[in-house]
Amino acid sequence: MLILKNVDVHYGKIHAIKRVSLHVNKGEIVALIGGNGAGKTTLLRTISGLIRSSNGSLVFDGLDISRQSPDTIVKKGISHVPEGRLVFKPLSVEDNLLLGSYNWYSLKNRSEIKDDMERIYSIFPILEKRRKQLAGTLSGGEQQMLAIGRALMSRPQFLLLDEPSMGLAPTVVKEIFRYIVELRDTYGLTVLLVEQNARSALRIANTGYVLETGRIILQGPAEDLLLNRDVQRAYLGRDVDYTI
Amino acid sequence: MLTVFLQFLFSGLTVGSVYALVGIGFNIIYNATSIINLAQGEFVVIGGLLMWFFTESLKLPFLLSAVLTILSAGLIGLLMERLTIKPLKNADLLLMIMITIAVSIVLRGILMFNFGKDPYVYPPFTEGEPLSIYGAIIQQQTLWVIGITGLCIILLFLFFNKTIVGKAMLACAVNPTAAKLVGINVSRMVMLSFILSAVVGAIGGMAITPISLMEYDKGPMLAVKGFCAAIMGGLGSNRGAVIGGFIIGILESMTAGYIHSGLKDAVALVILLLILFFKPAGIFVSKTMLQLRKF
Repeated sequence: MLILKNVDVHYGKIHAIKRVSLHVNKGEIVALIGGNGAGKTTLLRTISGLIRSSNGSLVFDGLDISRQSPDTIVKKGISHVPEGRLVFKPLSVEDNLLLGSYNWYSLKNRSEIKDDMERIYSIFPILEKRRKQLAGTLSGGEQQMLAIGRALMSRPQFLLLDEPSMGLAPTVVKEIFRYIVELRDTYGLTVLLVEQNARSALRIANTGYVLETGRIILQGPAEDLLLNRDVQRAYLGRDVDYTI
Repeated sequence: MLTVFLQFLFSGLTVGSVYALVGIGFNIIYNATSIINLAQGEFVVIGGLLMWFFTESLKLPFLLSAVLTILSAGLIGLLMERLTIKPLKNADLLLMIMITIAVSIVLRGILMFNFGKDPYVYPPFTEGEPLSIYGAIIQQQTLWVIGITGLCIILLFLFFNKTIVGKAMLACAVNPTAAKLVGINVSRMVMLSFILSAVVGAIGGMAITPISLMEYDKGPMLAVKGFCAAIMGGLGSNRGAVIGGFIIGILESMTAGYIHSGLKDAVALVILLLILFFKPAGIFVSKTMLQLRKF
């Protein structure tokens, strides 16, 4: 579904992504793990068109998206839940979700959009309770749910999730990861998941990639990566209990 | 006594309407881009002078002239954004604001070149006897100004609160990155904000010219007053700009009437200073809203 081939990204003189190739199949959850500054967020921002790659090809559903603007990429079915959530804080929860449907919004589609919104509310009931509240007044976990809900409102086939667990309580993280699996299983959604919380990410993922200083250093089925000694040492803590 | 007071009140409401529209013009661009567009006053002047050009010089019918004026103002807003703001992309905000000053100087130059330094005027929208309330005289054009301002305010309120495009425009202001990620073409929204604010300014100019005349260099003063209105109400809040505009307009006309007309222009500046000293966020912006906005 998404194929990256030898992608390079430069920030001025900094070579942030170095010849990265990556493959995501339909209906898969792919985890991208790596330390701080490894380039995970940069890679996602490149896929969603916020940053231009300097080299290499990004192909989504057979179409080259490396020179497309973010709004056309959303229309093609890729939705990005950015790091730090970035909800529209002075707007209400409802308006945030509504703006999520911006790419297919029209007066004719209004009832469908309402249905989609109801579906989001049924996944995240807390959002329905807060629908009239300003998004900035929500807690961190609620804002994360809202960010995911907003991304789903665009009816994506492909979801880019950047650090959904950042700054959240472990129980909330668990809940959010459960939803991600549910989304894949019920809607056939494909997910590229970036996480520092490598263990939880690899547990729900089908395949995994390890990114270090802009390079993919390891890749393979998620269970293999979980058992890999290098991955354990670097990202899972040395004395990890891998009989999970 | 009452008659005089009412007379001042109505003239205050009239100029206040225009300040309100200028203030709203500031807000529209500020809300979409965080830029303070200091060429906002020129949009008002353009509205008045172009309306004169179409009705008096070309002798076109009133409605056609009004439509043409609005379209031309929109086009000028569009050109301003495409030629000066868009090419800069991610430039520093302060630089952008300075560019708008440059644009205002250029626009003033062009206006002076084409219209000269004389004030212009054309007949009011409707001919007829002025109204009299407790002896105070209200020209029909005054009602037009206030009515048109009211209509603009209502339409803009509906636009920003009830339409997806209006909400998308707000979203661009709040967080351009997130706006891009939900599929909003941010650059187009910025363009739209310049068009909209030029049109709002021009409408104010069209309405006020039969009462207060219009000349090429009225822009900066209008911009200052409108800016005071916007700051007073809290930058970004249209409701605030309207109330601020009316307060400044009324205080100005009271000062001119009861104290000295020479002090008129000082009023807005004194208010601006007081607001900035004591309540820099403006009077009508709530605390939570302020925390949620990026500055």
